[in-house]
Amino acid sequence: MTTDFWRIVFGRLDLGALDFLTAFRDPTLNEIILSGAAWAVILGGLAAVVALSRYRLWGPLWQNYLVSVDHKRIGIMYIVLAGIMLVRGVLEGVVMRGQQADGLGGGFLSANHYAQLFSTHGTIMIFFMAMPFLTGLINIVVPLQIGARDVSFPMLNSASLGLTVAGAALVMISLVVGQFSTGGWTAYPPYTDSLFQPGPGPDYWLWSVLLAGLGTTITGINFVVTILRERAPGMTLMKMPMFTWTALCTAILMVFALPPVTVSTAMLLLDRYAGFHFFTNALGGNMMNYANLFWLFGHPEVYILILPAFGVYSEIVATYSGKRLYGYGSLVVATMSIAVLSFTVWLHHFFTMGQDADMNAAFGIATMLIGVPTGVKVYDWMATMYRGRVRMTVPMVYLVSFMVLFVLGGLSGIILANPSIDFQVHNTLFLVAHFHNMLIPGLLFGMLAGYTYWFPKLFGFRLNDRWGYISAWSWVAGFVLVFFPMYVVGLMGMTRRTVAYTNPAYQPWMILSAVGGVVVTVALLSLFVQLYVSIRDREFTRDIGGDPWDARTLEWATPSPVPAYNFAVIPHVHAREAFAVAKEAGLGYQAPPAYADIHLPGDTWMGVILAVFGTAFGFGMIWYMWWLAALSFAVMAVAFIGRALRGDRAGVVIPAAQVAAEHRAWLAAVGRLAPVTREHEQDGINHGVAAPETREVAA
Amino acid sequence: MSAPQSSKLNAQGYRHDLRGYLTGFGLAVVLTVIPFAMVAMGDTLDRATVIGVVAVLGVVQLFVHLRYFLHVDFSPEEREKVYLLAFSALLLFLMAAGTIWVLVNMNTRMMGMG
Amino acid sequence: MSGTSAIHAAPGLSYEAGHDHDHDAAGKALWGFWLFMMSDLILFGLFFATYATMLDPMSYAGGPTPRDLFELPGAAMETAVLLTSTLTFGLASLAVKYEQGRGRVLGWLGVTLALGLVFLGLEVREFAHMIAIGAVPQRSGFLSAFFGLVPLHGLHVTAGAIWLVILMVQIVGKGIDAGLTSRLARLALFWHFLDIIWIGIFSIVYLGGIV
Ligand code: HEM
Ligand SMILES: [Cu+2]
Repeated sequence: MTTDFWRIVFGRLDLGALDFLTAFRDPTLNEIILSGAAWAVILGGLAAVVALSRYRLWGPLWQNYLVSVDHKRIGIMYIVLAGIMLVRGVLEGVVMRGQQADGLGGGFLSANHYAQLFSTHGTIMIFFMAMPFLTGLINIVVPLQIGARDVSFPMLNSASLGLTVAGAALVMISLVVGQFSTGGWTAYPPYTDSLFQPGPGPDYWLWSVLLAGLGTTITGINFVVTILRERAPGMTLMKMPMFTWTALCTAILMVFALPPVTVSTAMLLLDRYAGFHFFTNALGGNMMNYANLFWLFGHPEVYILILPAFGVYSEIVATYSGKRLYGYGSLVVATMSIAVLSFTVWLHHFFTMGQDADMNAAFGIATMLIGVPTGVKVYDWMATMYRGRVRMTVPMVYLVSFMVLFVLGGLSGIILANPSIDFQVHNTLFLVAHFHNMLIPGLLFGMLAGYTYWFPKLFGFRLNDRWGYISAWSWVAGFVLVFFPMYVVGLMGMTRRTVAYTNPAYQPWMILSAVGGVVVTVALLSLFVQLYVSIRDREFTRDIGGDPWDARTLEWATPSPVPAYNFAVIPHVHAREAFAVAKEAGLGYQAPPAYADIHLPGDTWMGVILAVFGTAFGFGMIWYMWWLAALSFAVMAVAFIGRALRGDRAGVVIPAAQVAAEHRAWLAAVGRLAPVTREHEQDGINHGVAAPETREVAA
Repeated sequence: MSAPQSSKLNAQGYRHDLRGYLTGFGLAVVLTVIPFAMVAMGDTLDRATVIGVVAVLGVVQLFVHLRYFLHVDFSPEEREKVYLLAFSALLLFLMAAGTIWVLVNMNTRMMGMG
Repeated sequence: MSGTSAIHAAPGLSYEAGHDHDHDAAGKALWGFWLFMMSDLILFGLFFATYATMLDPMSYAGGPTPRDLFELPGAAMETAVLLTSTLTFGLASLAVKYEQGRGRVLGWLGVTLALGLVFLGLEVREFAHMIAIGAVPQRSGFLSAFFGLVPLHGLHVTAGAIWLVILMVQIVGKGIDAGLTSRLARLALFWHFLDIIWIGIFSIVYLGGIV
């Protein structure tokens, strides 16, 4: 009787699932790492709670962030999430490199643990580091660049964040309770079927990806509508900043490329929970359809990841070269063709699955074609720098490294696009080297460049340059050291996702790669040191004028930190790179003829509700605690229906007089500040007003 | 605009719109009955022909619904929507046809080896 | 526009007097809803494609085939009911547009809801019958694909019906204001969209299976 009761309450959860206890039972290095990670999550969470209580930050956190629908705040929360997940992801990568340095015939990790590591690492890096990072940047930057007050659907924006957080929370919980999937970030069945992995691992993967995927779809819808409907008067499509263009294409991809993974995940869930036969070995299942569906999502996904970074690079290359972005039209066309072409190449991820050679050839050719628009972009960026007034700031270090490394990675991609070669190196570390070679320069560097570039806009002070350089160069060097050896061992035949090996020829390369892991750790640490130092020294890097980089687009025409309403008066836009053109004409800081009341959307609890009860719902499903799942689902449903019945919460009205006072004070401050030339861009005297220089501007 | 005039206009508009829905419904009924009837006739008709007719009429009916129920047309205000639909149709085709192409190809190759 | 032409000539950007936002909230919501439906369309498309690839002896796995399972009369009934409900929803939309009064709107919505429920009832009966004769999703890949696709549509109809009830409650409570008109427009879109999906289902699953 009582055991039945506890079975209902706790489902299949029992004490054995608590990872933080295992090291006490079995103190091997493997178990200590496992338990240590669990303790890190528990203690990290506790530390956060204690700190928030100690400094009485719960109120401000709740009011200013958790229930806020301000797109900038939501963006910041996304990036904080990405930062936390980046730490975990990188550390896992480094542990794996350590294991393989020691992996000749053994090593310190068990095979199962290694498998969990690459599965969580891949899942986290893609779904919970890269996606939140770029979604955060888009959230912060796009409404500012198009001169909008907020996104079209602020409540849904908060809901998207909530769902993403729920997914990430489940991955974090898997460190403490039970084990994650060992099926890689792709979770191919039949290995992830209940027959082979009856435990909760694949369920953790499935529910977190499903929840986050729903959030991403909603984000996509939100930003397509925002970009098409909220642009400032006069900003035609062809006057939009390049980052907004890439955000538009990314958002479109989110709307259309997430459904396949929603489908494949839903089907695998039905297989696992209800005994369906979509992908099983027996009774007519077809696991090849999973690979097909997953990559129908997976390939466009890599462009979801890379396009925003391309947008960042397009912005910073023009700004830090002091020149108009070269080939705007070709960049727009290239971005759009990449978006469409990305749906025509998915089969290159499973050349070896057994379809006939003609089909492989067709997809091989399509894959090579997609390199063309990407090449166009690289030439455009180089042409923008050509004879520009280039300043090697931290974002430019990322950009220049990206241009070199990304082209190399692209070349290895063209090699892989050839099916007959792919048959040789498929599933080797050559492939792992290739995609890190695309994703680290093409995504991570771009995000970090964007973070450095836009940071002052949000917080009103610049990031420390010294630590920025240290971090950027460490990322570059660490990346090269970690991954170039993997090309070599990959060609020698070392398979991916393998804990140990017997060929001694691999080991020197693996040791080199582990050294790179140390450098990457330094890069990661430097980022946090940089943040700390920057906050400490913020009085010396104040950005008051709002334009520390002599930049070109609308977001720099408003104060830093940006007020909640973004613009005192929505500007009318008459040119591409409107702010640069206005500055050229000496009209960068005009006083508007009149101010009006500003309406802002009201707070919402939706994000918090979805984050908390989405997590609880997933947890209940994973551990068969049906009551918890049902209850949480009901709460979310009631929240949505209640919202529908009640309508939007009343918004906030900021009176014209207040807006006018704030804006006039800022204009006066700008007038008092000494404009700085670009020689002093990184000095203490740069307070965000740029001295006029000869600029090349767009007509 | 005086009240009676506007209500007359209103009545006209209403009749026009109503006719639209009824036309759509009528067409949809016809386009549904034909394929059902053909299938009901069973083996008297050539199977491939029936499948072809079912497919074509299904697509025609899709356009009927778009036109008369969802009010999508080629007017300038609706242009964005037409682009969206065309783009979605393209992607739907790539993904669905691609899935069938890839999996049928592998199915047949497995049969051959079996 | 006229008085401010001097400012207009300014390069780059300019500020003009006047209210800055003409938020067409209903239009934006409708446009967002179209995007959602297109995303949903892809979702259905992949369930359809999966179903199509499962029409194969390997995936029947020795179990029942479409010819064994599907019957014309049932499919015809479901089709007739759903198609009629699409018309009655259209009539409700017209009643809103031409302000024919709350009663008329509620009446047509009520008929639509009733037809939707009948449709769901027919569908449940069909599934129950299949399950009774052992044609369960656990039997074969093909049946899994069927039970993935058709009930997914049914779930959408269920969601639509719940939404319909909510809106009807709101009409009774608050009458028909701008917000409600906009929400009804979206639900209408959804309802018509589900009928389009059903065209695919009766053509591919039922007619294609029986022929
Ligand atoms: C920054 C330092 C990083 C290190 C040291 C690192 C290291 C690794 C290692 C060792 C593996 C497993 C190789 C194997 O045995 O198969 C791996 C896999 C993977 N990494 Fe990274 N990585 C890093 C960054 C990233 C980033 C930034 C991303 C994506 C944005 C990423 C995405 C992935 C993915 C998707 C996999 C495949 C997982 C799987 O096999 O399912 N990694 N990484
Ligand atoms: Cu790909």
